[in-house]
Amino acid sequence: MSAVDAALDAQVGRSMHTARLPRFAALIVLVAMLALTALGALLLRWDWGTKWVAVPIVAVVLTDIALPLWSAAVENRRAAVDRLVTALVWTALACALVPLVWVLAKTVIEGAPTINGAFLSQDGVGHFDPVQLVKVGGHGVFHALAGTLVVTAAATIISVPVGLMTAIYLVEYARGKWIGRAVTVLVDVMTGIPSIVAGLFALALFTVFFGNGTRLGIMGAVALSLLMIPTVVRASEEMMRLVPNDLREAAYALGVPKWRTIVKVVIPTSVGGLVTGVTLAVARVVGETAPLLVTVGALDSTNWNPFHDQMTTLPVLISNAQSTNSPEDLKTAWGAALLLIVIVMVLNLVARIVGKIFAPKTGR
Amino acid sequence: MAKSIDVSDVNIYYGDFKAVEGVTMTVKARSVTAFIGPSGCGKSTFLRTLNRMHEVIPGAHVEGKIVVDGQDLYAPSVDPVEVRRRIGMVFQRPNPFPTMSIYDNVLAGNRLNSKRIAKSEADAIVERSLRGANLWNEVKDRLGKPGMGLSGGQQQRLCIARAIAVEPEVLLMDEPCSALDPISTAAIEDLIHELKTDYTIVIVTHNMQQAARVSDDTGFFNLKAAGKPGHLVEFNPTKQMFTNPDSPDTEAYISGRFG
Repeated sequence: MSAVDAALDAQVGRSMHTARLPRFAALIVLVAMLALTALGALLLRWDWGTKWVAVPIVAVVLTDIALPLWSAAVENRRAAVDRLVTALVWTALACALVPLVWVLAKTVIEGAPTINGAFLSQDGVGHFDPVQLVKVGGHGVFHALAGTLVVTAAATIISVPVGLMTAIYLVEYARGKWIGRAVTVLVDVMTGIPSIVAGLFALALFTVFFGNGTRLGIMGAVALSLLMIPTVVRASEEMMRLVPNDLREAAYALGVPKWRTIVKVVIPTSVGGLVTGVTLAVARVVGETAPLLVTVGALDSTNWNPFHDQMTTLPVLISNAQSTNSPEDLKTAWGAALLLIVIVMVLNLVARIVGKIFAPKTGR
Repeated sequence: MAKSIDVSDVNIYYGDFKAVEGVTMTVKARSVTAFIGPSGCGKSTFLRTLNRMHEVIPGAHVEGKIVVDGQDLYAPSVDPVEVRRRIGMVFQRPNPFPTMSIYDNVLAGNRLNSKRIAKSEADAIVERSLRGANLWNEVKDRLGKPGMGLSGGQQQRLCIARAIAVEPEVLLMDEPCSALDPISTAAIEDLIHELKTDYTIVIVTHNMQQAARVSDDTGFFNLKAAGKPGHLVEFNPTKQMFTNPDSPDTEAYISGRFG
């Protein structure tokens, strides 16, 4: 404290200066704890091959304890509590991020080498070599890619009009009526139905009309749309509720009928959010396995027709490929998994861009 | 084109709650009529019944007769959409459509009513309406820009341009200047003076000076007591209202002794 500061303190009467930890205290403690733990591990002669993961975990836990203690010793109680909570929040963030990054990294590492032109363009038809007792060829995923696109597109075509119209009904027409509340409750319940139940429902429905053993792409689409509709309804409902009532009244006051107000004012104003909602719904069902296993089955050749014969989708292909335990099939599974993640990421990216394009402009 | 409005014995409800009762008045054509009164006394509610915007709120309904051009607005065979095409409205907060350009905002009433209009005619409507709203010179070089990019006062004039683009017979204004600065307010008051030659204008305002400046007739609304419905205390030419009101309540309100 300089002489000037001391003089100021004397004037004010009570000092505002308190002892503070160095600026990067948290980082310093973390590094120190990492070093300490590593040292301890060496002394205890840990088996590094499998147990190295424990070092950062122990180091983080020790940091969470040591940093507040140090702060309590140097700073004050409030600062120590602040350090403790901050450390816990960072730890929680790391806990949430680690599996995410890990899954992504693992899939890229395992899947990337598999992906090439042949993998993407060939289907799953191979032949069995009776001498070597292995399947030769048929490690492409084109048929599954086609199946995923067809089934998901069909599910989207079914879900979007139904979901959007339901949302319009809930927001614009059902205001406070008991039927609107009932529909909202039903939609919420539907959001929670297990996907396999949706699959069984579609199976039962089509069995009634087409007999036992029916497996069609459209059945999968129906099952997926059961899962998609609630998501689309909820997302669109939220988005359309965000449209200010002022705009509806402005349109009514110009003598615009209600339906045109919805089509020309409410939907354009919320279209960015609507597109995002639909895309998230698609991303949610594109990886569904169980209902498709039940309804769509699997087929090694490429089938573009959802109304005829079985088809394979990427998740089903992954499920089937990993169950054979052959290393070649496992590689195919990882490659397909990476492909699925890429599809979902591209969908999200497209949704963001479309949302940006359609967002109401401020002109500034 | 401009029409007078005859209101007789109108009661207005929100569900079971009676918000306004027993209003009777005649709004003269080609004049400005102002409604004043404390907050919550039902002036805006009454204004919204004049073009059937009140019933947009669930449960809201109206009793009594409002006659424009010999037709009762609340007759069962009357289409509210048709009423609103003839009786335009400007709201308290400027509310241009955020997805539309300035040009499209002005044309919104025409376009949204699915009338096909030729480009040259559309251009003419836009220019006439924006000139009518005293906005043309400020925006003529950026008609394609979003309406939300304008300042608050400009947005409100854009909303007025949008309302007069459909050539209504009556223009209702619900506190059109309450969100604006004095200069924008002056611009809109000048505009009201000009619009008076073509339109019947009804304006709700909290600003007594504004009512005195712009209006020919003034109606004073008040509550009898808290929780009771609002009612029309006095309806007279503005000059008389502000110099020699009939009711002592009006005098008390105008002179600032209460409210």
